[in-house]
Amino acid sequence: MTSNNGKLTKKDFTSDREVRWCPGCGDYAILATVQTMLADAGARPESTVFVSGIGCSSRFPYYMDTYGFHTIHGRAPTVATGLAASRPDLDVWVVTGDGDGLSIGGNHLMHALRRNVNLNILLFNNEIYGLTKGQYSPTSPMGSTHKSTPMGSLDHPVNPVSLALGAEATFVGRSIDTDRKHLTEVMTRAYEHRGASFVEIYQNCNIFNDGAFAALKDPGQKDENQIRLKAGEPIVFGPEDEHAVVAEPDGSMAIVPTAEAGDRVVVHDPSRSEPTTAFALSRLSLNPTGPTPIGVFRDVDRPVYDDLLRDQVTRARSERGEGDLAALLESGNVWEVA
Amino acid sequence: MSGTVTERKNLQLSNAVVRFAGDSGDGMQLTGDRFTTQTAIAGNDLATLPDFPAEIRAPAGTLAGVSSFQLHFSDQDIHTPGDAPDVLVAMNPAALKKHIGALKPGGTLIVNTDAFTNRNLQKAGYDADPLESDILADYQIHRVPVTDLTLRALEDTIERGELNKKEAERCKNMLALGLISWMFSRPISGTEEWLKDKFAKAPHIADANITVLRAGWNYGETTEAFVFTYEVKSAQLAPGRYRNITGNQALAYGLVAASVRSKLPLFYGSYPITPASDILHELAQHKNFGVSTFQAEDEIAAMGSVIGAAFGGSLAVTASSGPGVALKAEAMGLAMMTELPCIVVNVQRGGPSTGLPTKTEQSDLLQAMYGRNGEAPIPVVAASSPADCFDAAIEAARIALTYRTPVVLLSDGFLANSAEPWNLPDVDGLPDLSTVYEFPTEPNGEDGEFLPYLRDESTLARSWALPGTAGLEHRIGGLEKEDGSGHINYEPENHHAMTVLRHQRLQRIADALPPLEVEDPDGDADVLVVGWGSTKGPIQAACAELRERGRKVARTHIRHLAPLPNDVDEVLGRYDTVVCPEANMGQLSMLLRARTLVDVKTYNRVSGQPFSGSELAEAIEGFGWGGQA
Ligand code: SF4
Repeated sequence: MTSNNGKLTKKDFTSDREVRWCPGCGDYAILATVQTMLADAGARPESTVFVSGIGCSSRFPYYMDTYGFHTIHGRAPTVATGLAASRPDLDVWVVTGDGDGLSIGGNHLMHALRRNVNLNILLFNNEIYGLTKGQYSPTSPMGSTHKSTPMGSLDHPVNPVSLALGAEATFVGRSIDTDRKHLTEVMTRAYEHRGASFVEIYQNCNIFNDGAFAALKDPGQKDENQIRLKAGEPIVFGPEDEHAVVAEPDGSMAIVPTAEAGDRVVVHDPSRSEPTTAFALSRLSLNPTGPTPIGVFRDVDRPVYDDLLRDQVTRARSERGEGDLAALLESGNVWEVA
Repeated sequence: MSGTVTERKNLQLSNAVVRFAGDSGDGMQLTGDRFTTQTAIAGNDLATLPDFPAEIRAPAGTLAGVSSFQLHFSDQDIHTPGDAPDVLVAMNPAALKKHIGALKPGGTLIVNTDAFTNRNLQKAGYDADPLESDILADYQIHRVPVTDLTLRALEDTIERGELNKKEAERCKNMLALGLISWMFSRPISGTEEWLKDKFAKAPHIADANITVLRAGWNYGETTEAFVFTYEVKSAQLAPGRYRNITGNQALAYGLVAASVRSKLPLFYGSYPITPASDILHELAQHKNFGVSTFQAEDEIAAMGSVIGAAFGGSLAVTASSGPGVALKAEAMGLAMMTELPCIVVNVQRGGPSTGLPTKTEQSDLLQAMYGRNGEAPIPVVAASSPADCFDAAIEAARIALTYRTPVVLLSDGFLANSAEPWNLPDVDGLPDLSTVYEFPTEPNGEDGEFLPYLRDESTLARSWALPGTAGLEHRIGGLEKEDGSGHINYEPENHHAMTVLRHQRLQRIADALPPLEVEDPDGDADVLVVGWGSTKGPIQAACAELRERGRKVARTHIRHLAPLPNDVDEVLGRYDTVVCPEANMGQLSMLLRARTLVDVKTYNRVSGQPFSGSELAEAIEGFGWGGQA
């Protein structure tokens, strides 16, 4: 299985199944990046499990030569939680989408994040329902016209990064399907983080919602709109770093010309224990149609649910000794009939 | 009141039924529990029926707020918590109003006169004080100022400031317990020890309760009003070591036992719901057995976590009640499709919708059988008595692990909360579940391929390869698949073949089941009574009653509802009349008719209460022996 001197390659993570996404779908780029990234990060196929829900992105596990579980709509975090909680030796990944993870499965996403289960959650956000052929999704901008909303959608969209930070996720990042280098960086850090990590990936659905992320991807626009977050550095962006992110007195953030910012420029620090600053950053854009932060918003340590769960078992055993079934049955008032 | 009693008779009874009734805040469940333990230690056979409102704090003094606990104990083998009580303790007017109708004519009624205030009478809907009228003339009535006696017993405690008056009043259930204990010659020392233990951190509360308990006993001893005491001799139970157990506790123990005997860690994921939550509470106390308990965010997540844990190699279990199982349905289909071993317990309660959360019913059988999208056959096993929940849990685990399938284990609100003496099993004699599965370590296909849906020829169980095993990496999911490789497959013929195969998997379970046990003492019965689940006790009692009347009646009880045992057609076909009593509108009856084409007669009452033996005896008689119903 392994190639030269035991080092794994992308091939070791690639299954023999034919990939069935539409030609040109952003999922292809993400798949290739994940396969390479895992090999480079030193992951083992036998210890890696991909769990998904339902939707285009949820076909992902079939294309990975790892363990995989294609579950039901919205419920991947629940299956992954049961697996991660009972198996400390595994790297468990969840692949979900904006419909799967934020609509039908929104509840589970929140709980997996706040519990800090040891999972890596990748949310492919294409702002559309692809598999059911093009209805608006919880991340579609208000007023978007799609099959189910010919007069424009009425829903205020959810910002996945804000939601994850609101749930106090310990690792929150955002990247772009085709930016291989950036995506690799963010995912590698997610992989290395112990506890729940959440990565939103802007993913182009070229069939039903082509160009939704043009502002961040088109060569003519992206330098103007990508706010690349780098730990320890002032948050400035634009071709000449001419824009700066500053903190306002009310706690929100604003974009001003760098020349006018002075020492009000926010220095990015994903390790802040309070998620407030990261949240304010995430509010700079509701939808990625203008300047939008990408990178790691938050990366902090907090006790991990599955460790705590196992610790209780260990503690019960050390305090009370290994369970004795006969003694358990005899606990209580026992009497003898001769 | 004189200190001695001139003449007091001790009557020997074969059995007795006592019912404690009071306001939810009066501690009737605890009183009943303690009296049950004292009775168990005295060696009686017994059965209990707790009955309480769904509201945590139902309005005090109202009919809706009445909580009761009935105990039937005997020197014989008994099967039900009894029909009409011989003794009723009514702690307030509402309790009297709600339960007096049940008391046997001539039965003993003990009332707390202190609670018969105008306000309480009004709340109970009495225009006039029933204690002053002659509507209670048929009973041996004892007017006991329970509250006043309690306060008097605790005079010193109150004076010392250890308890205020209100707190002292709360001990009044111990007065009732002491009195009834005296009446039935039950030693109270066990309860004293129990109180000391329970209130170890607040010894003054333990002392107060013990003082009142003794005051209750002494009140009986010194009051001339009580002419009789009773004695129910110990029952001739089979030799062994016994303890009392409720169904939920037995079920939890059964799961721990299945984990120990399968050498698999127990993963229990569930969401709180009445009446199943006590299983979670019980298991959470036994983490030293390697038990992990996960309180999920909802019912679906609980089922999802169980599927994940089963994929990872745990003995994975969830429990709920009907409304929760409805939510789990889609995920149960996934467990069936991915052929992962797990157990879904349904402690059935009154339905539909939210229904009667604290009452019992058998109306989720068809949900267990068919409540999923598509052809999704899942084995169904039912427990038939509180102690039987232990064995039923082990049987559910055996089927799940041997055949790699989710299994539905049906209990109900009556089994969950009622108690009976349990002849403790020899732990080493429990089924060895460690040999019914194995985790493969080598590829099973040609050229080193691993085929997750390659099957064992006899059980049709697929390979249970655990993540973490190098070389066996594979993907599973809810989409239709090809047998062997498990690859997604949408071909028409494949889908038909897989659908048939999933039914065959259940047939393999039936092929290995023992024949139905039929109780037909002379082998010449005309009528066969078929039951399932918690109706076993009432059916046994009904059959005993009918046989005493000279009726030839046989009885069988079905544990495996899916698949049904192979000989069910033959057994039902043997009798002129087949009757199936159920606390639903005829769900098993319908299944049996469809399967056997026998004209199964159905008796149904859906009241939230268990059947009584005499009710069933009458119903069965109406169907058989030329009767018409
Ligand atoms: S529908 Fe859109 S998201 Fe789905 S595979 Fe096609 S391009 Fe990708």
